[in-house]
Formats: sequence, structure tokens, C-alpha cells
Amino acid sequence: MMRGKFVIAGVGHTAFGTLPGRSTVSLNVEACRRALEDAGIEKQAVDGVFVKTPTSAREILYGQTLSEALGLQPRIGIALDQGGAANMSGVAFACLAIEAGMCEVALVCYADNPRSGSRATYARPRGDDAAFGWFSTAAGYAMIHRRHVAEHGTPEAAFGAVAVAARRHGAANPHAQLRKPLTLDGYLATPPLVAPLRRDDCALISDGAAALVVMSARRARELGVKAAVPILGMGQAHTSWEVTQRPCLTSTRAKDAARDAFAMAGLAPADIQVAQIYDCFTITVLMTLEDYGFCPPGQAEGFVREGRIEHGGDLPINTAGGLLSETGMPGLQLVIEAVRQVRGTATLQVPGVRHALVSNQGGTMHTHATLILGG
Amino acid sequence: MTLPTPEVTPLNEAYWAGLAAGELRFQHCPHCGHRWLPARRECPACLREGAGWEKAAGTGQVISWVVYHTAYHDAFRDRLPYNVAIVELDEGPRLITNILAPHDSIAAGMRVRLEVQSDFGVSLPRFAPAGTP
Ligand SMILES: [Zn+2]
Repeated sequence: MMRGKFVIAGVGHTAFGTLPGRSTVSLNVEACRRALEDAGIEKQAVDGVFVKTPTSAREILYGQTLSEALGLQPRIGIALDQGGAANMSGVAFACLAIEAGMCEVALVCYADNPRSGSRATYARPRGDDAAFGWFSTAAGYAMIHRRHVAEHGTPEAAFGAVAVAARRHGAANPHAQLRKPLTLDGYLATPPLVAPLRRDDCALISDGAAALVVMSARRARELGVKAAVPILGMGQAHTSWEVTQRPCLTSTRAKDAARDAFAMAGLAPADIQVAQIYDCFTITVLMTLEDYGFCPPGQAEGFVREGRIEHGGDLPINTAGGLLSETGMPGLQLVIEAVRQVRGTATLQVPGVRHALVSNQGGTMHTHATLILGG
Repeated sequence: MTLPTPEVTPLNEAYWAGLAAGELRFQHCPHCGHRWLPARRECPACLREGAGWEKAAGTGQVISWVVYHTAYHDAFRDRLPYNVAIVELDEGPRLITNILAPHDSIAAGMRVRLEVQSDFGVSLPRFAPAGTP
């Protein structure tokens, strides 16, 4: 029985936005220091380091480079390469390692600096198809966005509603990188980037880092951790086909990641009071709502246009602004906001949060991970 | 500005040679019958080697498409806006391509047929609406 056996004992992050002159290792160290402070423990307690590789600058032995900078000689140290899902699968792998007795206290972290460094990774040719003009991360999501519109008649206003909600929530977050609110008319008035995508459908490009401290609930009690948040459910599953080859473009294995997390937690979508849903592009939010069972296939458009995902609605999502407004950093900041919601310390606090859900995904909806937290 | 050219390798040279001769080829597995693009050494269905090349009829349908209003490579700056599409051949394999039609006429499920075009010396498989001469 894994439910409730492990906790997120501490969370930490750097500033988000443009942080020139900072290496990803330096950013990771700052986030880890803050997470350890939040947990109220010394770094000597840490014997596991699970870091997602920086997206914009790959290097070998990154996990060891980071552990050296942290002054740690961990029993388990690994750099995970799954794109955005690696943040939360790192949490799962940490729990499995702790369960197996191979480590006791883990740091799970991520940093990147594409805003002041190189953004080339987001503009790269896709496969060997550059001769057709097939470039960029955004274009892969645009293909999925278009197919969703073709199959379900999803209106532009539904994508706009996701962007408007994120920007409204981000405007209330003093740490958010983009605090300028957006109206639906403003969304509709912006020109296409890679049609059907508009700029406001796309995640921010951000420098920054975030970190979590993961341990067993028992170890947290022993160490006197004050605000440990139990992990109730975890799941992951992967859609390995590249977009071109994917038999179905409008549903992913996010469905399976969520099913496993709900089963572990013994919960259903109706039991969730607040969700943090990976919003690298607005289409991802619509498809995740559908694949997770918050609404039937093709019905997310009505769900988001009724304002249900805004603070005050029945399923507020991305209450700190998400990747569209808080920071484009992939995913860990969504876990941190879920932790704040369960602790009752969020800026846009949702009343009576018993269960908070987080969805991460990576690549072009290739990798999927789900986390359910609660008291 | 010349296009970024595909990398011709021993694995895919039959594909590009086919296009140079005006035909689109895909791989098929002699062991399990699976058909696919792009070129691989092992069949992704049964994992065995020995794939052969087969000529496609050249007909298929549009799965999805996007229209670039920004260029990620200088070669495409004066082609904006241009489209990129996923086409599924009637034989099953899918590929990235461009649709030779006005952007607002492209639709999911639209029937298309192969039109090999030479672009800066590279023969590329593009597709036109199936009904056009
Ligand atoms: Zn085979």
C-alpha cells in the first residue's frame, strides 16, 4: 500500500523570469537549499538526488555535477530524461527507492535557463523533415490542436478560456513572470504563430529552478518536519510515437497515468478540489481534462468556457498561473502550488482542499505523469 | 536561400532514390507484413531485419496540418505563410509533407495524391488535392 506512505516534506524555488549569469547547477542549488529550509532539515539527511536534465543544454553526468555542487555523495543519484514528465516521475522513482530501502531522503529538482541562454531547442527541426519546414516544439502541439478542432469542433474561445484563466491566476501571483491579464477578445485579436496556435497558447520561456524534498511519512515524523504533504497517488505512462506516427492525436496515455494515480489514491475525478495541469500549450489542458475523466472526450470546451477552471469555479486549475503565466519551467512549480493548496498557504487559496491533483507531460505529449496529494 | 537538405544514409537511400525517380516508397516487413516510414533497420512490429521497399500508390488523406506564420530557418522566411501536414498513405504509413492547395481549403480527411517536386535539387514528396488534374 503506497497511499500516504510518502510525503513532500519541503518545497523551494528561485525567482522566475530572466536570471542572467546563473548556470542551471547554481539555480538547482538555490532551489534545493530553499526546499531543505522549508522542510527544516539539514542537507546531510539527503541520500537521493533525482534531477530532470535541463531542456536547453544537455550535458553528460548532470546528476553527478549537481550532487558535487550540493556537496552530496548520494546513494541514489540520477538525471532523468523524459521532458516535462520527468519532474513527477522523479518523485515516483524517489518513493520506489525509499520503499526498497535504497535511500531515505530525496531531493527532486529541475533548473533551466533558456531565457537568458539558448532557446534553440524549441526551434529545432523535427526529425529529418526540415526540408518541408517542419520545425519547433510549438508546431507539434499545433498539429494536435488542429486535429482536436477537426474531430470535436473545439472553438477558438475554449483555447482562449484556458489562456485567460491562467493569466488571471498569474496576475495574482507576485512570483509570476507574466502578470499582465488577458481578455478573450485580446486572445482572439493576436495573430497566429504557427496556426492554429497563437502566442498566448504557448508557455513562457523562463529561467529558474524548483525543488522538492521527498521522504517517508515515518521519516518526516522522526525529523520533525512541520508541514509534510502526503502523496496519495502516482502514475505514469508514455505515448512513444512521434506526432507524425501517432495513430490517435487527440487522446494520450495521460489517461493511463491518471487511472493508476486515482486507483492508488482510491479516488475519482469528482474527489479533486484543485488541479495543476501542465499547460505548455492550451490544447494540453483541454486534452488532459478529457483524458483524466474530468469531462468526456470533446467536452472540455464547454467545461472551460463555463469558467469552472477559474478560481471560484468547481475545479480551479493552475492557481499560480501555470506555464502560461507563472513560469515556463516544466512542471515542478505545479507540484509546489499543489503543496501550497493542501497546506492552505496558496495566494489564490481554494477553500477546503482535501485532494490536489497535478499532471505533468513532456516531449510533444509523449510522456505523462500524475500525482495526487492530500491530507 | 537553399533548403536544409535531408541526410541521405545507407538506410534511407532507397527512399530518396525512389523520389528522384518520381515515386514514393515505404518499407515493408517480409516476416510480419508491417509497413512504415521513415526508414528503420528493424521492423517496429516484430523487431526483425530485412525490410524491403514498396512503391506507394501515391494516394492518401490529410490527418492534420499547420500554417507557419513565423520562420524557424532562413530558407522559409520568404515562403511565409506555408503549411506542413501529416498525410496517411492508403497503404498505412504516415509522413510529413506540404499540401499544394490554398490553406483555407485544407481539411482533415481530405483526399490527396502525390506530387513529387524538385526543390533546390531535392525531390520532395508533396501532395495535391486528389480531385485536381
Ligand atoms: Zn515485422
